[in-house]
Amino acid sequence: MELNILTLCYIIASVTFIVGLKMLSNPAKARNGNLVAAAGMALAIFATIFLYEDGGEKLGNYAWIFGGIIIGSVIGTLAAKKVKMTAMPEMVSLFNGMGGACAALISAAEFNHLYQHYKGPMDIPYSSVMPVGEYITIIAGAIIGSVSFAGSVIAWGKLNGRIKDFAFKGQHLLNIFILLLVLAAAVFAYQSQFKNIMLPFLLLGFFAFLYGVMFVMPIGGADMPVVISLLNSFTGVAAATGGFLYNNKAMLTGGILVGAAGTLLTILMCKAMNRSLTNVLIGSFGGSKAGPAGQKQQGAVKEITLSDAAVVMAYANKVMIVPGYGLAVAQAQHACHELEKLLESKGVNVRYAIHPVAGRMPGHMNVLLAESDVPYEKLLEMEQANEEFATTDVVLILGANDVVNPAAKTDPASPIYGMPILDVELAKNVVVNKRSMKPGYAGIENDLFFRPKTSMLFGDAKKVLQDLVSEIKSM
Amino acid sequence: MDSLLNWITANQQIIYIVILMIFVGIEVIGHVPSVLHTPLMSGANAIHGVVIIGAIIVMGKAESDNYLALIIGFLAVILGTLNVVGGFVVTDRMLEMFKKKKK
Repeated sequence: MELNILTLCYIIASVTFIVGLKMLSNPAKARNGNLVAAAGMALAIFATIFLYEDGGEKLGNYAWIFGGIIIGSVIGTLAAKKVKMTAMPEMVSLFNGMGGACAALISAAEFNHLYQHYKGPMDIPYSSVMPVGEYITIIAGAIIGSVSFAGSVIAWGKLNGRIKDFAFKGQHLLNIFILLLVLAAAVFAYQSQFKNIMLPFLLLGFFAFLYGVMFVMPIGGADMPVVISLLNSFTGVAAATGGFLYNNKAMLTGGILVGAAGTLLTILMCKAMNRSLTNVLIGSFGGSKAGPAGQKQQGAVKEITLSDAAVVMAYANKVMIVPGYGLAVAQAQHACHELEKLLESKGVNVRYAIHPVAGRMPGHMNVLLAESDVPYEKLLEMEQANEEFATTDVVLILGANDVVNPAAKTDPASPIYGMPILDVELAKNVVVNKRSMKPGYAGIENDLFFRPKTSMLFGDAKKVLQDLVSEIKSM
Repeated sequence: MDSLLNWITANQQIIYIVILMIFVGIEVIGHVPSVLHTPLMSGANAIHGVVIIGAIIVMGKAESDNYLALIIGFLAVILGTLNVVGGFVVTDRMLEMFKKKKK
């Protein structure tokens, strides 16, 4: 009876995962979709704790189980609530890594369990006591989980700037070599005598961990959302191996579902940047290619003073703000909203032009501006914005670079060639706020800054916006 | 080779589920708009936290004098819970922002 109820709970949980994921891809239902999936998860967890039995035996160690769940819940909730909006992708990466580590630990525990309960002779090969299918399931969980954990931690470090990009020649060959070492350790462990099994298994985990580190190391910080999405689907597969191991259909459906959806999502993210997944993973974007490929400076840039910038904006009919990562870094969303309100009160029509991949993650700018209560109608998507630039007097670019680079249209040699951009040049004036002339994340020069219509307003986005506000107020 | 084939036959139900779930996973998120990419990734991240079930089983089965197994299981439960709880809360926070602006 109890086992049947458990099965029913797992079926319900599996359905909520599918429905939840479906709702998450629809803007109007997304939030409820998340809650639906969370409810299904809670059901599956508590059903497992209280109803699961194996060969008539219930689970024990309740104190440990609840202790772990309480510690995890408190830390998880606090971390998720406290994290700043700009640091969200890092947080997701870290949580993903936790899931990967969890899957790897489960494999390790199962391995240890089999080892300790084995009563037969110690000098026969492991392969004679372990069916190959089960062996593959256990080590797949260990390998994929370790790769996902190591990769996610590196991705987290890169996003918050603690870990710098690190690429060298032949790195991809080395990575393939490490991967071969992982497989070799797996085969070797399987052939080893029972008493010698621990060392190759530990080596297996170590090499998998190393592979995760080396796999993410050369990929540029701007591509981390894609990498996190990919590692996310890895963890899904690692979770599914657990489903195989325990013949647990909820783990299986949840894991495979995320593995498949995560892979597709990764590809969709690449498409939004008009790049292929291989290009992201082995292109070392911005590192090696950006060097000598004919990057010439086209004359001098024109600077604009703060008061001039204030004047052109205050007397404009329509101002379009193009936010980018610079805005997020400077935490300037509130200052930006303040400027917008001030200009609106002077009769200026202010809109925001949102490029789909502006910032560090798709939707980054929408989330950021929504935080400072910018009304939804003011945010224009790329297509709408591009229609309006022709009637715009001033475009104010705040820390965006590659998404307004005309090279994406004109220069077939450019790494971002073919990416849709915001046609800011159609406007009468373009004011660019940047911290310096350093190129953006693609590592390429931006022709836009040298065009006659463009003038530069250097400085930290928040400070510049605040100064603009006080300048306009005193006018 | 033979044992692998036997294993496939013995687990054919599971293998069917895997194949079908791959198509379901691809189908359900096929038309996601790009603004939702990040919340969707985060939500999917929380869902694979279902791995916690495995952690609970490992923990619950560990003998109370096997400290290695207890410690591994305990860590796995903590990490799995972090994945689930943190994942859903972060996703909810992201989506809360989306909702607010629609008013």
